[in-house]
Amino acid sequence: MTKFKGDVSIVLGGAAGQGIQTVEEILTHALKKSGYHVYANKEYMSRIRGGINTTEIRVSSKRVRAFVKRIDILVPFKQGVLSWVKDRLGENTVVLGEKENIEEEFLGNVNLVEVPLTKMAMEVGSQLYLNTTAAGLIVGLFHGDFKAVEEYLKKRFGSKGENVVKKNIEAAKKGYELGVKLCEDGTIKVEVERDERVKEEVLLTGTEAVGIGAFAGGMNFLSFYPMSPSTGVSTFAAQHAEEFEIVVEQVEDEISAINMAIGAWYAGARAMVSTSGGGFALMSEAISLAGMAENPVVVHLAQRPGPATGLPTRTMQGDLNLVLYSGHGDFPRIILAPGSLEEAFYLTAEAFNLADKYQVPVIILTDQYFVDTYYNLPAPDVEKVKFERHIVEAKPGYRRYELTEDGISPRAVAGYGEDVVIANGNEHDEWGDITEDAELTVKMQEKRAVRKLETIKKNAPLPKLIGRENAKYLVIAWGSTLHVVEEALEKLGREDVALLHFSWVYPLNPKVREFFEGKVLIDVENNITGQFAELLKKEFGVEVHHRILKYDGRPFSVEEVLEGLKEVIE
Amino acid sequence: MNVQLPTGRELFEPKRPGSQDIAWCPGCGNFGIRNILITALAELGLKPNQVAIISGIGQAAKMPHYINANGYHTLHGRAIPIATGVKASNPELTVIAEGGDGDMYAEGGNHLLHAIRRNPDITVLIHDNQVYGLTKGQASPTTMKGMKTPTQPWGVFEEPFNPVALGIALDASFVARTFMGYFKESVEIIKKAIQHKGLAIVDILHPCVSFNKVNTYAWYREHTYWMDDHDPYDREAAFKRALESDPLPLGIFYIHEKPTFEEMVPAYRKDKTPLWKREPKLGLVKKFFEEKKL
Repeated sequence: MTKFKGDVSIVLGGAAGQGIQTVEEILTHALKKSGYHVYANKEYMSRIRGGINTTEIRVSSKRVRAFVKRIDILVPFKQGVLSWVKDRLGENTVVLGEKENIEEEFLGNVNLVEVPLTKMAMEVGSQLYLNTTAAGLIVGLFHGDFKAVEEYLKKRFGSKGENVVKKNIEAAKKGYELGVKLCEDGTIKVEVERDERVKEEVLLTGTEAVGIGAFAGGMNFLSFYPMSPSTGVSTFAAQHAEEFEIVVEQVEDEISAINMAIGAWYAGARAMVSTSGGGFALMSEAISLAGMAENPVVVHLAQRPGPATGLPTRTMQGDLNLVLYSGHGDFPRIILAPGSLEEAFYLTAEAFNLADKYQVPVIILTDQYFVDTYYNLPAPDVEKVKFERHIVEAKPGYRRYELTEDGISPRAVAGYGEDVVIANGNEHDEWGDITEDAELTVKMQEKRAVRKLETIKKNAPLPKLIGRENAKYLVIAWGSTLHVVEEALEKLGREDVALLHFSWVYPLNPKVREFFEGKVLIDVENNITGQFAELLKKEFGVEVHHRILKYDGRPFSVEEVLEGLKEVIE
Repeated sequence: MNVQLPTGRELFEPKRPGSQDIAWCPGCGNFGIRNILITALAELGLKPNQVAIISGIGQAAKMPHYINANGYHTLHGRAIPIATGVKASNPELTVIAEGGDGDMYAEGGNHLLHAIRRNPDITVLIHDNQVYGLTKGQASPTTMKGMKTPTQPWGVFEEPFNPVALGIALDASFVARTFMGYFKESVEIIKKAIQHKGLAIVDILHPCVSFNKVNTYAWYREHTYWMDDHDPYDREAAFKRALESDPLPLGIFYIHEKPTFEEMVPAYRKDKTPLWKREPKLGLVKKFFEEKKL
């Protein structure tokens, strides 16, 4: 008998097109609705069919939000899955599935619990029900709420007709009963406590958190060119476009996407583009225009490994330098990188106020790992979102680029007020007309690159310190690695190690320097050079003492961060 | 005898200090186009704050600085997507995208193709002098075969771009060509282009007095003619006319009325308010979270 307590990591693996994602959805929804804390993340190959895709689902008695390498229960849907995840298999891993889906070399040296999933699906009528049967099986292991499975299947397959719903429920029920039986006859024992409060929580993905955050921030225009892993946000916006009454357009290329968004902001809309590093590379010309014309724009960039096409469906925090330095000439920008889904919601909403206020490009950096992550959380408080409009009326004599103390010129939009608004990508005078005057050029350069930047820096929020202020070791992380590092620190259990997490990545408030004083600094980043550590060096002259870097296109696991920390601390 | 200017024309004459220093060469065709455009806007009874002129880069693209209207001088080739974004955010504005033949047909060629498909209600004015002026005389996409330039010393051998035929082939909503030397006719064409609901492309022939010694004022007069007997709703006839190369036909080649981009996007189906006046729909955001509890 194999026993799992408190926190179970279930991995399902199969070919693209085998419906792994469906299982993921049914499971996370049904288990959450049953009162379990859930977390899910997938990894997939860049192909439409075939290959091997896996999904990890953690079911836990307490809040769980991070990827672990460990596999407790593995459900393979085809041969090759075990080889693909072999370095994640442990002594206690239970393989739940059919013999024919297990490579010969593994037969005999894994804890195999044979379950005739295909046969069960066929009994319902078709192999198509395999996923639903498997989902039912897992829910059964947890004695989950079968009603929740039914409800979800009704919602999911309702449009396909009553018969499809009925068959799927039947398939799930078969799986469920077997799951319960496996526990009752002592084959597997799962002990995870339920938490009633979870039922009232929401289940979100990173993609949804960014998308709904944008709506909360008043986004009413989104132009995009599809590119993994950013497309989900555009799809989300398109699917809600009618309800929210917004403009969503798939355009000819990324150059057009961002220029349309720039035009939209010029006319007073709140516009966003969603892209990945390769798409953003094409946008850099327009980022520079936004810098010179002081035109607000919001970009969501979901990172994937580069250079060039890199690994299209995998993850990395490798585009920080791209967004820091993109565009020619000197001009400020704001870079945000949410660590949690709550942050993704609030920060994305806030990005629109920031762009509006400071009239600069605001870039929200996520990555494949982040956008594909699911977990339950209390619904964000929509009342906390503040809508700040920074638009003035163009009264007679209006000057778009009026020189001001803080470097921020009042921004009017075309059509509001009696006077006109002249924006310009050339160096310009206060009215917006072209100038080659040396003195004015100096003033305008200083306005944008010094005074405005200083204003933003001064108002930039500080990073979040998790742990003791006087801890000897300070782990530095940014963006999507928040929860993995957090859980690794919990497991490490040392009071002399704290975490400083940055979701406001640039520009940094000068006060940030104080966090580093007298500490041993350990930088954790999902890239090969430690791009954020290099930024800290440039901004503050601070040199991190240790770097824990991962750059194989996969996210950090809790175990890897823990090992990395142990190596440098002990 | 003084020509009587329409009322309202002076509204479009800019008084900003930077507008007084005009960068065009003496005798440049751009001056004529500016006059034509100001006259057309005034005759349509528009006000400067109701118009937005979005330009790319080049001498033609300096237009927003020499007119009193909302303006955005952007990047080479990018006027069309920016103008599309402006119009889609505030359909109440009269939006004009303006640039030269290099701007619209070379650097911005892809955007032009897709704008035709998208059909935003904007007017695209192309100052077509068949040469790159601001960078000192290189061939442009519309330079005629055989013309020698500093960068094509052996003479241009590429087929010149035919914007009119392209527009008709892609079923553009409005396609016209004019020569700026014909003031009154050009004003009428531009007025019709602005009034047309949908994407209107006007290829405006004009001389470059500094770098194009072939296509002069006299050349355009000798090598063009007005289509008096043409039905712009007849696509096949329009296409035939578009293939004529000497003399070049002038006038409105093709009109195809169809829904515009702004009419198709869900943003304005129920609510016609420009986007800048709208607030976040927080009630719907709350509803989204309620549904995510299930």
